[in-house]
Amino acid sequence: MDRIVCVQCPVGCKIKFEIVDGKIAKVEGNKCPRGLAYLEDELREPKRIVPTSVKIIGGNYPLVSVKTSAPIPKKYIPELMKKLRQIEINAPVKAGDIIVKNIFDTGVDIIATRTVSKNSQ
Amino acid sequence: MKTDVLVIGAGAAGMAAALSAAKNGARVILTDRDERAGGILNQCIHNGFGLHYFKEELTGPEYAERFSTLLENYQITLLTDCHVHNVKPDRKAVLVSPKGVFEVETKSIVYTAGARERPFGTLMIPGDRPSGIFTAGVAQKYMNIENRIIGKRALILGSGDIGMIMARRLTLEGVEVVAVIERLPYSGGLLRNVIQCLEDYNIPLYLSSTVVEVRGKERLEEVVVAQVDNNYRPIPGTERIFKVDTLVLSVGLIPQVELLWGLVQLDPISKGVSCSNIGQSSSEWIFSAGNCTVVYDLVDYVTMEGEKAGKYAAHYAKGERFETGVPIEIGENVGVIFPRRYVSGEDLVLYIRSKKPIEGATLVVGNFERRFEDVMPSEMIRIKIPSQKIMGFERIVVSLKEE
Ligand SMILES: Cc1cc2nc3c(=O)[nH]c(=O)nc-3n(C[C@H](O)[C@H](O)[C@H](O)COP(=O)(O)OP(=O)(O)OC[C@H]3O[C@@H](n4cnc5c(N)ncnc54)[C@H](O)[C@@H]3O)c2cc1C
Ligand code: SF4
Repeated sequence: MDRIVCVQCPVGCKIKFEIVDGKIAKVEGNKCPRGLAYLEDELREPKRIVPTSVKIIGGNYPLVSVKTSAPIPKKYIPELMKKLRQIEINAPVKAGDIIVKNIFDTGVDIIATRTVSKNSQ
Repeated sequence: MKTDVLVIGAGAAGMAAALSAAKNGARVILTDRDERAGGILNQCIHNGFGLHYFKEELTGPEYAERFSTLLENYQITLLTDCHVHNVKPDRKAVLVSPKGVFEVETKSIVYTAGARERPFGTLMIPGDRPSGIFTAGVAQKYMNIENRIIGKRALILGSGDIGMIMARRLTLEGVEVVAVIERLPYSGGLLRNVIQCLEDYNIPLYLSSTVVEVRGKERLEEVVVAQVDNNYRPIPGTERIFKVDTLVLSVGLIPQVELLWGLVQLDPISKGVSCSNIGQSSSEWIFSAGNCTVVYDLVDYVTMEGEKAGKYAAHYAKGERFETGVPIEIGENVGVIFPRRYVSGEDLVLYIRSKKPIEGATLVVGNFERRFEDVMPSEMIRIKIPSQKIMGFERIVVSLKEE
């Protein structure tokens, strides 16, 4: 059987699987259903959550950390980074706020993962 | 100032300890020398936190925020920008903040000061001492908090999780990462990070290799890497030169314990505060949890141990007293364990790191046995041992038997 490691969470299950006629015939080792979804994606179109940061003006931090609200296809990552580097937003921002909606038409948003309040000075 | 429980350090462990002490009826002061609560979580902007505790995967700042907003609902005085300078045996601590120096009188302490990174100087690498050499945590703080780029071309020494996460972070920010160098014959971190941080970005990982020289006048120019033998000695003739302006070190964390020197017993192996399973140190009024006791992989476990230490510190402040418990000892193939003493009553939650990778190992603790398929030093085992399996033992030996 083939083996892959699920990267969806730090448990890192070692998933064993068998492909018959292009279909997944047998799967074992995943501790939760997300592992199966991961395997399917990995065979068709690998996806990742991308954590990074975006410039913020007038905040108590120079950066606000962000992430994709769901895994996006790996092939979009370089383009995503380029796009996020050009963005500047204004403070304040709350964790969970949407910074970019529906990026590259993937249905995935870029959301803030940190609250940045306005600089008091 | 007077309080029931003084918590030193407001990282994951300290916030959890403060909350649980307050829930158990204690007045709490929580201090941190940083401007904000959260500790190391604030700079760990990657996802991978909270799966056990919150049942969802969060980034470090999100995990920290969930706890710091809870602090406001309880009788907790949070003092940021406030360094604990000294702890005295008469249960007083000296605190230093921009507002001045003051003393806190307390009934008990929860010490949650975290770990610090092993610095470049301790590696004894020959060569020049140019700029451009950073520990991973400092590099992470520059990039993720202060928005500073640390260089153009980087080499990373150490394949622990922090090193691999920084390899990806640097790459995403446009810094070319030429390789990750690891002294061991296997990666020092989680497999998922080998995949999503290195393989995804085609960053090579050189195993059984180390840095033998750094060169550069003002800024780093070259790093010399060589393969090592089984005793980690460089093999002459295997040297390779990497032209880089940046070297990032991810060579381990050391529990931060200086403040308690002379007050509590340390674990000679983890170098952290030696505790019983209720988080009590050898000094009965000092409790401890988190990376200053043993270095954890997962913040969820740090939170759980923090909660426990906070709860018992609150009970102690109310006048309850606890047994010292029986010793927990290291047996075959076990590298690090936490805790080091067992007070009967609750089930025993044990944290174990193996000494080496083992395929097929049986964990033996008193009358308890459990088989594991793969054991890696980089993946800490957490296991609950039912109290009836370890009742009546004068000492509890923990071993990992190879098949
Ligand atoms: C780079 C990195 C990546 C990680 N990635 C993951 C991951 O993906 N998933 C996961 O679950 N876990 C991860 N971890 C592990 C987890 O984040 C840590 O184990 C946990 O956050 C440690 O919490 P702590 O409270 O013990 O220490 P810390 O967060 O270090 O907190 C200690 C606090 O004490 C303060 N302090 C120290 N001394 C004093 C003093 N004398 N006076 C006042 N204050 C003081 C410090 O300022 C600090 O804020 C990672 C750790 C690191 C370092
Ligand atoms: S299968 Fe589930 S538990 Fe296992 S690594 Fe994937 S997400 Fe985590």
